[in-house]
Amino acid sequence: MHGVEFRHVSYGFDGRPPILDEVSLRVGSAATLALVGASGSGKTTLLKLVNRLLEPRAGDVRVQGKDTREWDPIRLRRSVGYVIQDVGLFPHLDVADNIAVVPRLEGWPEDRIARRVQELLELIDLPPDEYRHRWPDELSGGQRQRVGVARALAVDPPVLLMDEPFGALDPITRRQLQQEFRRIQERVAKCVILVTHDMVEALTLADEIGVMDGGRLIWSGTPQAIGECDEPRVRALLDSVLPPPTGPAKAGHDKP
Amino acid sequence: MTGVVRFWLTHGQELATLVAEHVLLVAISTAVAVAIGVPLGIFATHRPRLASPLVGIANVVQTVPSLAMFGFLLPVPFIGGVGARAALAVLVLYGLLPIVRSTIVGINGIDQSVRLAGVAMGMTARQLLRQIELPLALPAIVAGVRVAAVVGVGSATIAAAIGAGGLGQYIYRGLSMVDSTVILAGAIPAALLALVVDGSLLWLERRLSARQHVRSRRAVIAVAGVLALVAVGGSAVRAVRTGDAIVVGSKNFTEQLILGEIVAQAIERETGLAVERRLNLGGTLICDRALLNGDIDVYVEYTGTALTAIFHQPAAKDSTMVRETVRQLYADSGRTLLAPLGYDNTFAILVRGADARARRLATIDDAARVAPEWRAGFGYEFLERPDGYPGLAKAYGLTFRSPPQVMDLTLSYRALASGQVDLIAGDATAGLIKGLDLFKLEDNRRYFPPYDAVPVARASTLLRYPRVREALEKLGGRISASDMQEMNYAADAKHENPADIARQFLSRLTP
Repeated sequence: MHGVEFRHVSYGFDGRPPILDEVSLRVGSAATLALVGASGSGKTTLLKLVNRLLEPRAGDVRVQGKDTREWDPIRLRRSVGYVIQDVGLFPHLDVADNIAVVPRLEGWPEDRIARRVQELLELIDLPPDEYRHRWPDELSGGQRQRVGVARALAVDPPVLLMDEPFGALDPITRRQLQQEFRRIQERVAKCVILVTHDMVEALTLADEIGVMDGGRLIWSGTPQAIGECDEPRVRALLDSVLPPPTGPAKAGHDKP
Repeated sequence: MTGVVRFWLTHGQELATLVAEHVLLVAISTAVAVAIGVPLGIFATHRPRLASPLVGIANVVQTVPSLAMFGFLLPVPFIGGVGARAALAVLVLYGLLPIVRSTIVGINGIDQSVRLAGVAMGMTARQLLRQIELPLALPAIVAGVRVAAVVGVGSATIAAAIGAGGLGQYIYRGLSMVDSTVILAGAIPAALLALVVDGSLLWLERRLSARQHVRSRRAVIAVAGVLALVAVGGSAVRAVRTGDAIVVGSKNFTEQLILGEIVAQAIERETGLAVERRLNLGGTLICDRALLNGDIDVYVEYTGTALTAIFHQPAAKDSTMVRETVRQLYADSGRTLLAPLGYDNTFAILVRGADARARRLATIDDAARVAPEWRAGFGYEFLERPDGYPGLAKAYGLTFRSPPQVMDLTLSYRALASGQVDLIAGDATAGLIKGLDLFKLEDNRRYFPPYDAVPVARASTLLRYPRVREALEKLGGRISASDMQEMNYAADAKHENPADIARQFLSRLTP
């Protein structure tokens, strides 16, 4: 059974170009898919279909084998961790209470919540005693992103959606967090869909990459296979971060 | 200023009661406005199309002058009438707008990513509201409550016009006695109260928004809640009233205040029953409506006024006939006309004594000849009443240099004395006629109907408390026009307290 499966999914509004057009894609239950592509290519919309913040116009989205429209949306969302683009920490709750939101909604006993918060703070490398009672406005950007990840992982959901979780960070912090994420993913083994602008991030973190352009999935495959791809729009993305695969001579040859 | 302080010192008990009533009016009305306005604001944020019409309606309500609002509500069942209930209804209506608006602003102002996070984490709409939206909108909502409460402190002063008590009583009493000391005695505490309310809610608002931290916020809200409870509880204890009291009303001018006190004290002396005073009600129609509704049990009316203004009958000349007609009309609506007090408070057309002497004016006919060079000033009631200015102008062929100026009845005496106008319509028994050297022109064409002062009471009250009737009948024929003028003079010119004047009069009456 796949963690998440998109089958011929379209989304959009009447009289406007489709936002998603016939997207089909599968993500294994312990795999990480990176969605790359320009802004407005439909990556975030695809994510929001998974936890039914949006519903497809055509086709269907299956989470753990079940159509999202058959899920109770509240149940579905509590089974799908979501790290949103702007983090969205609750400013009136401290770090521990932010992480504890979903466990509380799920009615966990307080001692179990306390243990889980401790565990997650250790996982994201923020010393619990120091950070448990900090307020979001007392954290750096990177620390906030980490708390956002911990909050999404709190009830150990089988599916994790991450919308540019490391965007808006300086390169050094971003690399650190990416390494941490890999460590975490090795330990917790979830179905992860990661939206990113950063091709390097996709290549380092993902088991599979999907390239979006204008609402269509124009390519998907492993990070190893993407180097062989000839599709010019995919190449353009790659060229921005990698040296051309056949060496500088051919590149010179291409010049008019 | 020392006068004001002396006034407070001698009226300490009364001042405390009025402040308590004022605080209670504002606290209860603001609490009700919060209870209605916050859910309404939340509802509007979920139905964006409703938000702007809703705020629009609240805006329109806010622009209705408060006195007009009291007027509109007079005939409305349950919330209308006179007394604290109607005042609360008006104050709640005024409080709604700022609270609804600030709730909408507060909730709509929440960062979209925060809201999205809540939804995406599987919060139900209710959980989102309670755990995210309300806590984050709280500082904005408190800002709205602050505006509502401060506006409430101001509007509540007007509530005295319909007998709801509060500091407005001093302001109205001062206005009707033309005594700025008494006005200030009410206005200064009202202003201070507004500042205190504003300051403490501003403090609360700042505390809530400075750091949006739950634990400290809980403490702040708890402290504020306890303080509010203490204030409301304290005032409630003070303002608590005996349920079974006889309620005496009066209109809002000096003579009526004194008559209200005479009636109230007579009932107290003769029956030992508890008497509640709702003096200073804003006009004839408010008193009439209050008597009809049972908000008051008795007040003193004038037969001519009852005939024309209340029952809309054509004016008549014969005082006995007028009295019997009015008695019948009152009886038909469950009210009893008691024995006339003994004087006729007719309208008096007044000019300055100096003018009367210089131009040898004695009658209204004499004045009609020189009136085209003059300006006139009349009270609101006199301008409108069927037995007022329109008929008078016709009867005497009166014309003035400009249309008569509308002014407060009590202020018109001063306006005449200081030369701002040249002719006014006052009360024949007004103390200021003597005090300001004014001259009463004779109604030589007998235009004005008789205005015998006479207590009117609810028949059911008299049936239940026969001794109240006895006490009121005992006053029959005991007050002469000169008695009344003297008492009015004591209040208006010598600034004596109406209650004291009434007490002295009654002890002379029954040694």
